[in-house]
Amino acid sequence: MADLILSPNLPRPDEFYANLIAAHEGLTDDESAALNARLILILANHIGDSEVLEEALRIARSEA
Amino acid sequence: MFQDRYTLAFRLYPYARSVDQDAAAPAHHRVVVVGGGPIGLATALDLGRQGHPVLLLDDHEGVGQGSKAICFAKRTMEIAARYGCGSKLVEKGVIWNLGKVFHDDRKIYDFNLLPEDGHRFPAFINLQQPYFERFLHEQIVAEQAKGAPIEIRGKNRVDAVEVKDDGVALDVMTPEGGYRITADWLIACDGASSPTRKMMGLDFEGKVFQDSFLIADIRMKSESFPTERWFWFEPWFKSGASTLLHKQPDDVWRVDFQIGWDVDRKEELREEKIRARLDAMLGAGVEYDLVWSSIYTFQCRRMKKFRHGRVIFAGDSAHQVSPFGARGANSGIQDVDNLGWKLGLVLEGRAPDRLIDSYDEERRHGADENILNSTRSTEFITPKTKMSHIFRNAVLELAEHHDFARGLVNSGRLSVPCTYDGLSLTGADALPGGPDRTRPGSPCPDAPLGAGFLLDRLGGGGFTLLTIDAEAPETFVEDGITVTRLALSAGDGPALRERYLGGAASAVYLLRPDQHVTARWDRFDAAAVRTALRHACAKD
Repeated sequence: MADLILSPNLPRPDEFYANLIAAHEGLTDDESAALNARLILILANHIGDSEVLEEALRIARSEA
Repeated sequence: MFQDRYTLAFRLYPYARSVDQDAAAPAHHRVVVVGGGPIGLATALDLGRQGHPVLLLDDHEGVGQGSKAICFAKRTMEIAARYGCGSKLVEKGVIWNLGKVFHDDRKIYDFNLLPEDGHRFPAFINLQQPYFERFLHEQIVAEQAKGAPIEIRGKNRVDAVEVKDDGVALDVMTPEGGYRITADWLIACDGASSPTRKMMGLDFEGKVFQDSFLIADIRMKSESFPTERWFWFEPWFKSGASTLLHKQPDDVWRVDFQIGWDVDRKEELREEKIRARLDAMLGAGVEYDLVWSSIYTFQCRRMKKFRHGRVIFAGDSAHQVSPFGARGANSGIQDVDNLGWKLGLVLEGRAPDRLIDSYDEERRHGADENILNSTRSTEFITPKTKMSHIFRNAVLELAEHHDFARGLVNSGRLSVPCTYDGLSLTGADALPGGPDRTRPGSPCPDAPLGAGFLLDRLGGGGFTLLTIDAEAPETFVEDGITVTRLALSAGDGPALRERYLGGAASAVYLLRPDQHVTARWDRFDAAAVRTALRHACAKD
């Protein structure tokens, strides 16, 4: 059972961030929301660890 | 004063004057069942087969029209087999394994239920509810001929229930006027809007889903719609926010259109309006007859307690779910299966009254599991917020190209019986390496035994000691309860080995009359079995 990683883990953070924003270029708000939803589902399946996912949900929610 | 609420499909028990109506004092009955739907009929059948006198009161004279519940699960067929009418269901029913899921104008994927080998019955059959009820009634008639003390009174409506510590008194209305009876036990199987529950002022709380569904049963001779379950999310033909097409016997198809919350029911039920929806979906030029139609809304809710002294609620009167997953009638039949042997033992004085409390505990657990599953399906099919809708459609889009997302598509998780994990009657698991699926509390999975099947060997109505390559006495009696041994061997088949031995070399299972595992061991230990048996009958 892995713990949710909250320390820096992206090798090239600026590049990832730029790619994320670029992926949304030219999309309407609805299309962007749909893209985000697909992305979350793909990543969640890749993680596949329910404890990690629940922890991530909890932390994301606590920022709201 | 006596108006039919619905048209009959089969008139099975016409009103006839009973001696109770002319009795000087109220006649007394041991068990009265209210409601002649599938749950009431099965309850009467279960108790009558055990030899317990049972009186069933129904305010109609037979089975109502309309397909209603159409999907019967393996467990229901297994229970019906125990009652003697399992084969009829399968012979009449439509067996299906293939499903297709569509979004808009695209088929996203298809699936095969891939039923596991080595079971007498298929995973599901589609069958109109009136047939199911008729088969149960035919079995009642067959049991009556053999002497089973079952009596059914048509057009006998319970108008008042007076609850006492040791029973009930009922005011019953008939076309010839009213009469009064008393009973030790009352089993209320009178449906989701249970008059019994209302007369007793009991709660029925839960979640109302703000959507309506239009059901149309159509008869057509068509090659273009095979025996498969087709489910559309947001179909291109715009006949509903979702649509389900499912085959029933007699060339009848069930079509369900999700049509929204604020609908004019009368307008939507006009034949031209229904045909417009159907034509858009089926394409022009497809000939069909409209057999039955109805609009329903649904709730997921249950009573806080299913037992109130000597009054017991079973089926929809106790719990109601959305139709997705076929968890209504199927779970009601499991209620009956659970209650039958317990009430039998209590009626015979062989188990204490508190055994009935375990019905309440176990079936509330079952209802919660069904409500959870059916609520989740409902949320997926009818998303209630914009974000929920975005995620639902993201799942559908991904499912078209990626396997992983198909597991998230939820158009109903089909009914399976629950396991009574950790509940009061459930005993020890002392079988190291034993399979998870047969742990204590589980319903026994079937397995082939020679030319027959395991579950048919567990249908005797009593407790069974199933031994696999283990020594044990052929029968033994503990405080009035007899246990009969069924001696098997690992050599009897790979399915038996895989489902009951797992990594163990030998096994001893104590099985309840409803074919749930009470406890299991790797060898026979008289003291341990006696303890588990007393425990399973609420004696300790």
